[in-house]
Amino acid sequence: MTLTYYLVLAAILFTIGAVGVLVRRNAIVVFMCIELMLNSVNLTLVTFARATGTVDGQIMAFFVMVVAAAEVVVGLAIIMSIYRTRRSASVDDANLLKY
Amino acid sequence: MNDVVIGTGETVAFWILGPVALAGALGMVFSRNAVHSALWLVNTMLALGVFYVIQEAPFLGAVQIIVYTGAIMILFLFVLMMVGRDSSDSVVETLRGQRVAATVLGIGFAGMVGAGIARATEGLVVTGLADAQPEGNIPAIAESLFTDYLLAFEVTSALLITAALGAMVLAHIEREPGSRRTQKELSRARFLTERPQTLPGPGVYARANSVAAPALLPDGRPSPESYATGIEPQEIDEMARPTGRGQLGSPDAALGTLDPAPLEGPAGGDRA
Amino acid sequence: METVLPAEGLLGWSWLLIALPLAGAAVLLLGGRRTDRWGHLLGTATVAGAFLLAVLCTVRLADVEGRSVDVDLFTFISTGELDVRAGLLYDPLSAVFALLITGVGSLIHVYSIGYMAHDPARRRFFAYLNLFVAAMLLLVLGNSFVALYVGWEGVGLASYLLIAFWYTRPSAATAAKKAFIMNRVGDVGLALAIFVMFAQLGTTSYAGVFGSVGTLAGGTLTAIGLLLLLGACGKSGQFPLQAWLPDAMEGPTPVSALIHAATMVTAGVYLIARSAPIYDETPTARTVVLAVGAVTLLIGAIAGCAFDDIKKVLAYSTVSQIGYMFLAVGLGPAGYVAGLAHLLTHGFFKAGLFLGAGSVMHAMDDSVDMRRFGGLARKLPVTFVTFGLGYLALIGFPFLSGFYTKDAIIEAALDRDDAWGWILGGVAVLGAGLTAFYMTRLMLMTFFGRARWEPGVHPHESPSVMTVPMVVLSLGSIGAGFLLVKAFPLADWLEPVFGEEHEAAHVVAPLTVGLVVTGVMLVGVLAAWLFVGRREVPVTAPVRVSPVTRAARNALYADTINESLVMRPGQWLTRALVWVDNRGVDGAVNGLAAGLGGSSSRLGRTQTGFVRTYALSMLGGAVLVAGALLAVTSG
Repeated sequence: MTLTYYLVLAAILFTIGAVGVLVRRNAIVVFMCIELMLNSVNLTLVTFARATGTVDGQIMAFFVMVVAAAEVVVGLAIIMSIYRTRRSASVDDANLLKY
Repeated sequence: MNDVVIGTGETVAFWILGPVALAGALGMVFSRNAVHSALWLVNTMLALGVFYVIQEAPFLGAVQIIVYTGAIMILFLFVLMMVGRDSSDSVVETLRGQRVAATVLGIGFAGMVGAGIARATEGLVVTGLADAQPEGNIPAIAESLFTDYLLAFEVTSALLITAALGAMVLAHIEREPGSRRTQKELSRARFLTERPQTLPGPGVYARANSVAAPALLPDGRPSPESYATGIEPQEIDEMARPTGRGQLGSPDAALGTLDPAPLEGPAGGDRA
Repeated sequence: METVLPAEGLLGWSWLLIALPLAGAAVLLLGGRRTDRWGHLLGTATVAGAFLLAVLCTVRLADVEGRSVDVDLFTFISTGELDVRAGLLYDPLSAVFALLITGVGSLIHVYSIGYMAHDPARRRFFAYLNLFVAAMLLLVLGNSFVALYVGWEGVGLASYLLIAFWYTRPSAATAAKKAFIMNRVGDVGLALAIFVMFAQLGTTSYAGVFGSVGTLAGGTLTAIGLLLLLGACGKSGQFPLQAWLPDAMEGPTPVSALIHAATMVTAGVYLIARSAPIYDETPTARTVVLAVGAVTLLIGAIAGCAFDDIKKVLAYSTVSQIGYMFLAVGLGPAGYVAGLAHLLTHGFFKAGLFLGAGSVMHAMDDSVDMRRFGGLARKLPVTFVTFGLGYLALIGFPFLSGFYTKDAIIEAALDRDDAWGWILGGVAVLGAGLTAFYMTRLMLMTFFGRARWEPGVHPHESPSVMTVPMVVLSLGSIGAGFLLVKAFPLADWLEPVFGEEHEAAHVVAPLTVGLVVTGVMLVGVLAAWLFVGRREVPVTAPVRVSPVTRAARNALYADTINESLVMRPGQWLTRALVWVDNRGVDGAVNGLAAGLGGSSSRLGRTQTGFVRTYALSMLGGAVLVAGALLAVTSG
């Protein structure tokens, strides 16, 4: 058992999040997938902090969490205002910006 | 630099919580219901929080559980409750090839990154945080946060304020003062009309339950109030309405399911 | 060329000669309708003032040593080695021309007051006339080839504007375009000649160019001479560019008199006379000038015999007479003075003839068809007498203007004393006979015989504002020749320009020449009387005529030749170029554009608007980047 296991787990979680963004249509679920990707990155940061013996990685993860919180607040507000006008939370329905 | 050996306890914890986190992630992607997705995600996040604690970051572990699973996921659920379920929860893929391409690319990406990690961490020396945080995790983080990362920390506060304001602006609905109808007014509007009952639902009196089939009034005319928007009302009921006692017969016969006689009518259709 | 003194006193003001008519033109053109009431008076006054100034300047000039002054004005173009000073050269040659232009110009301005009295655009007419006088004066007074070129183009513009004065007539607009374009052909030659001068000598001023003529190679000199000749041919309506001049008669008659008879068309003669130091050194170019003059002389005379349009006959007569002048200046030192003397007398009598023709047209409701004239001698006595005097002067009736000057040219041609001399002399004598024939025909058809007027035409004599200039010009027709050749010899006056008077060899005695020419002239008159005067003139031109007549009626097929040699190939070339442009150039450009448009509209299809599609491509990109990193680090 080495730290590589944590890193591989984080990579798999990140990939699952990315694929989820691609295949799910509900904007809120897409958002959740993005949160999953951020969390997997945080795991990587914490793991490397442990490996290098500094707390800088943890600080970085802390900032990621703060930014993620801010992002979620604004993102969900946007989803709500879109839903209010279009009666849909599907990312496929907001497809007017095209050729 | 002393190489830290990972203990058996941690190994056991990893092999239990790792699959849990994976299962949570997969469950989130594959559940049809968005609420279930959120719950699966909470599962994963809790597992990650425990990982943080195990990896000598108890503060982050606590923050993960309190902020992420406590606050952010609750926010998700709130919004889910407001938005409700809709067609986007369907699992039918509308974009051709999207799923296949996403899966192939995902596997490719995981393979690439995994190979990269394997190469990069070959012979990785684990220093451990015992020297970096001699007085514990929280004092070490506090010291670093309020000295080296002070500016970033302050900027973060501006970001949070901005995000809060942005959310308010985006979610706010401008209403004329006094335009909001009270419950009293609503109930008056509902009852002091010509028809104090609820509007008929589509297909209530008809012999089809399609949205396109309008409701029929007692005299057989379609009720205009039941027309679906955007759909041409269909004349489903072409069958001659049975009249007279003999023809009505039993209640089953009145519905036309058992009595074969009306099926031979001029416009009789097979309702199988 | 001798050193030229800088101008002092009155001569320093000689730029006013140009400025006055130019100011008149500017006031009339910019003033618009407000100047309608007095515009013609202002236009006439500026030219009359310029005439007065020219007389005073010329009188002063007679006292100046060397009889040449240079009026330095300002730097016109200064770039690199080229430093063109705008300046005037007031010497005997330009003085003579300035007097002719302003003098005849003043008379024609006065005449135009009456002739254009009923035209609503009279002010515009006077503005253009003033513009023309200013440009023409710049042409003859400029002290460099560049100044001459500016004036050259200026008179071309004025000529265009005036030919197309009645621009609502398609024929006038077409004639103006034809004149302008054929002039451009000549102007290209002049411009090239100036370029060659600058390239070889680094200067374009007369003093600079003529001072270093000796340093030029013979071929270069010949090239300059021929290019200058091309310019002169274009402006003077000489072979092969003679076809525009008769068509230019679409303009009002005073324009024909001033521009297309007396002044502008003689600019070519001025150019060659002015460039005498160049032509003196290049016999080849001079021979070409001779040939051009002789050919044009005959073409003009032959074509003049056949036309029924009174102005066209006069126009071909002008072509023919300028041919005489080219012949004269082509003879070199022996002929310059003779040619210029003929130019001056011709300016008088041909302007008078045109004014007379204008008077006749005025009387005949603007008809120009001589077949519908006849018997006008009694109805228009003043016109008849003045026109008759001009006619006699033109055909070389003894002791009138044309007699002296034309004889001088023929004598100078015969004085070459070689085969060329005999040929040229013979052509000139033959031309004199033809001139007598067609002018007598014109006189007989217009003023004698039975009246063949259109119904409803009531001829009447013109007002005195028109007849007075005609009378003055007819006096010039009578006396100018005698004055210029015998009383105050032009040769003496022009001596500073052309050097000592050429001592004539007199191969044939002048008396003999005079007798022969007069005899040939009488034969021409008699022939005209036999052909035209004896018989009734048919109202419509006979159709069954000899090939010679048909050719003459078609002006010896000049237009046909131009069309088949220049116009048709030009049109083919244009069509071919248009085809190449449409198919080749446009095709390539449009094809490229269509290709880009098509491919971009196809590429645009990838912008589906689905965020997930874009995210997929992002993931693909991330995979590629990760793969690349892996490949680089593992390598």
